[in-house]
Amino acid sequence: MSTGALIIEVLSWICITSGAFFVVVGAFGSWRLEDFWARLHAASVTDSGGVILMTIGMCLQAGLTLVTVKLLIIGIFLFITGPTATHAVANAALMSGLRPRVAKGLVPVEPAPLEPSGEPEKDDDDTGDFGKVGTS
Amino acid sequence: MFIVATIAIFGGMIFVLIRAFSGPTMYDRVLAVNLFGTHTVLLIGVMGFLFGRPDFLDIALLYALINFVGTIAVLKFFRYRAIGDITQIPDGMADQIADSMRGQMSEPRATSEGEKGA
Repeated sequence: MSTGALIIEVLSWICITSGAFFVVVGAFGSWRLEDFWARLHAASVTDSGGVILMTIGMCLQAGLTLVTVKLLIIGIFLFITGPTATHAVANAALMSGLRPRVAKGLVPVEPAPLEPSGEPEKDDDDTGDFGKVGTS
Repeated sequence: MFIVATIAIFGGMIFVLIRAFSGPTMYDRVLAVNLFGTHTVLLIGVMGFLFGRPDFLDIALLYALINFVGTIAVLKFFRYRAIGDITQIPDGMADQIADSMRGQMSEPRATSEGEKGA
């Protein structure tokens, strides 16, 4: 085995094993963490770190073939849509009234209501508009 | 190397399935199903390399597409109670939907805080 092939093999080893580590860490965190928002944070580890590292490792293993092109397409697609889906879940949870826990002594800021249908919800809890977020 | 990655992804899938079955809120389940789809895509790719036939990457790409569209569709359905055009929601139903969702979400929040104290 020549030196270049050995270097590529070692790099592929490192990428795939560290990607597997990130995948397991993200899954374990999404199982054991106690809050929805903490689980969201753990799921993002798999979506970013694990996918990128394992895709790079498999590309190094495949060489310059059609398989590498397919792996790059899958990697770029997962890299775009994974955080987008996570953001959509977080946004839906926030809009439906789920709130993260707040440390003692901090004042929680309610987000401005988003009503896409045009008919405004009855505003009973004095949340204000976008410009006032953060001033309470 | 690929057998290590396969075992790791299988372990992660078991953890994520536990969360998907026992999630206190609906959003935990949606997040877990999305993460399970990502694990499935990675598992198809790795097992193709493990068995020496990396021809299944097209199926992995298809899984990635369906996973993203499915997550967005489920979230939209539970937000508006309709898959298609949002303007099809009849008048007066939007307030009812908002009130019912608020009632749903206040109850699991209390249970999660109870778990934390236990």
